[in-house]
Amino acid sequence: MKLSKKEVEHVALLARLALSEEEKERFRAQLNSVLEYAEIINQLDTEKVAPTYHVLPIQNVERPDKEHETLPLEETLQNAPQRDGNYFRVPRII
Amino acid sequence: MDNYEAVIGLEVHVELHTKTKAFCSCPNEFGKEPNTNVCPICLGLPGVLPVINEALLEYAIRAGLALNCEIAAFSKFDRKNYYYPDLPKNYQISQYDLPLCRNGYLDIEVNGATRRIGITRVHMEEDAGKLVHGEGGADYSLVDLNRAGVPLLEIVSEPDIRTPEEAKAYLEKLKSILSYIDVSDCKMEEGSLRCDANISVRPAGTDILNPKTEIKNMNSFRAVQRALEAEIKRQCAVWAAGGTVESETRAWDENKGTTVPMRSKEEASDYRYFPDPDLVPIVISPDRVSRIRRELPELPDARARRFTSEYGLSAYDAGVLTASRALADFYEACARNYRDPKLVSNWVTGEFLRLVNARNLEIRDVKLTPAHLVEMLELIDKGTISGKIAKTVFEEMFDTGKRAEEIVKEKGLVQISDEGELSRIVEEVVTANPGVVADYRNGKEKAFAFLVGQVMKATKGKANPQLVNRLLKERI
Repeated sequence: MKLSKKEVEHVALLARLALSEEEKERFRAQLNSVLEYAEIINQLDTEKVAPTYHVLPIQNVERPDKEHETLPLEETLQNAPQRDGNYFRVPRII
Repeated sequence: MDNYEAVIGLEVHVELHTKTKAFCSCPNEFGKEPNTNVCPICLGLPGVLPVINEALLEYAIRAGLALNCEIAAFSKFDRKNYYYPDLPKNYQISQYDLPLCRNGYLDIEVNGATRRIGITRVHMEEDAGKLVHGEGGADYSLVDLNRAGVPLLEIVSEPDIRTPEEAKAYLEKLKSILSYIDVSDCKMEEGSLRCDANISVRPAGTDILNPKTEIKNMNSFRAVQRALEAEIKRQCAVWAAGGTVESETRAWDENKGTTVPMRSKEEASDYRYFPDPDLVPIVISPDRVSRIRRELPELPDARARRFTSEYGLSAYDAGVLTASRALADFYEACARNYRDPKLVSNWVTGEFLRLVNARNLEIRDVKLTPAHLVEMLELIDKGTISGKIAKTVFEEMFDTGKRAEEIVKEKGLVQISDEGELSRIVEEVVTANPGVVADYRNGKEKAFAFLVGQVMKATKGKANPQLVNRLLKERI
């Protein structure tokens, strides 16, 4: 398999996921099959194909610099796991 | 340390003062109650669709052109992924491999020499929210997302800067240009301009690239200069002692006057950028670029050159006057209406700036108008007030916004040019100071100045100085 356990752990850390040993193996296999599929696509000759930066054939969607109403504070904070006055309260991370 | 030279590149973030945020229509305002300038888009709630603010694009192109950049015909937004509670989406909308502007430069002047500093790129991104950490060892932080989504430009210089003074000059010029084109307030104290520095040192005259450190936490132009000075010293000492400079991120500690290692961010630079599927590509037509170029105001360097040729100012004075657009506008409004533009320059770079600094004001908040300064200069010309009294009048005008004539009347500051009255005072002074008069007659030039001073004192500075000189000379 292409992907090592260490790489799985690295990706998990970046996503702030705590994986059990069993999960690391399970996801290693699944991620590998995704990568293998990408390998197949990679075999295509794309020499003459322009890169796709976006899947829709649309460009330059801009909006005017005009204010709209903001969300009422109570709605903003209603799903916060923890609230402190006007603030969201989260575990300290420095 | 003399055998080393520094290689410095600066990364500057400026907040653009558009009316609304970058990708949603929330007001872009500083200092509001926490979490009141937010909406589902900048909160990163599921199912929302960000759309770029046309003003962000306009401002970014304007800045790119003012910094002599090429404007990309095709550009796009990418997601920079990282987990930190100041970003509710867990990614920042930024630009990665196709920034809007590239390959620019700006010119700085240090010790009379001009140097061109390259600008690698200017790209658009969104600002993050603000964290307030709990006091004492508290295990929580508070999140305010008002700033999340505020439009930013990231301006990255080439590693062309060689000294801390050049770094400061670069920042001053950048601030000046961005204020001229009216895209940002550039206030480092309010965080609307932020600067990080990359720095390494090498034996002078070589082109070795040694490991560099990244310096953060510099909160003023002065701090940038001091931090770089301290870091150069530190790196030179490491090399001189036979050691190796570690590539790391360090924080400037203002109190200690030195840089200290920051705890390295775990897996810091693995941002896994990818094109943001929510935002469509940006295609900039040559027409749009030329329109924005045409609309650019005269920029500081060009204006300084014009001030030297049109008003006969020294390069130095022209540089001081044009560093801020508001100051240059004030000066020019006076100079156009007064016979002696150099004299105006002396007043504006002298008393005017002295009072602006002493009163800690922004130029746009000054009550004194250009017309009032011109009126005051005309009062000097007419002999109504002396140049010395004018300083008092000027300060009063500056603080109250009143007209010079009004102040002169109120305070009885009209110059005494009445020969009879002055003769009487001269007579008194001469009689009261026989010793000094004798000194003068014995060739002591300084004694004369003392007598003039006494007349001035007796008239509270209002005596016409030319007349006093003449009357005194005649009398003794």
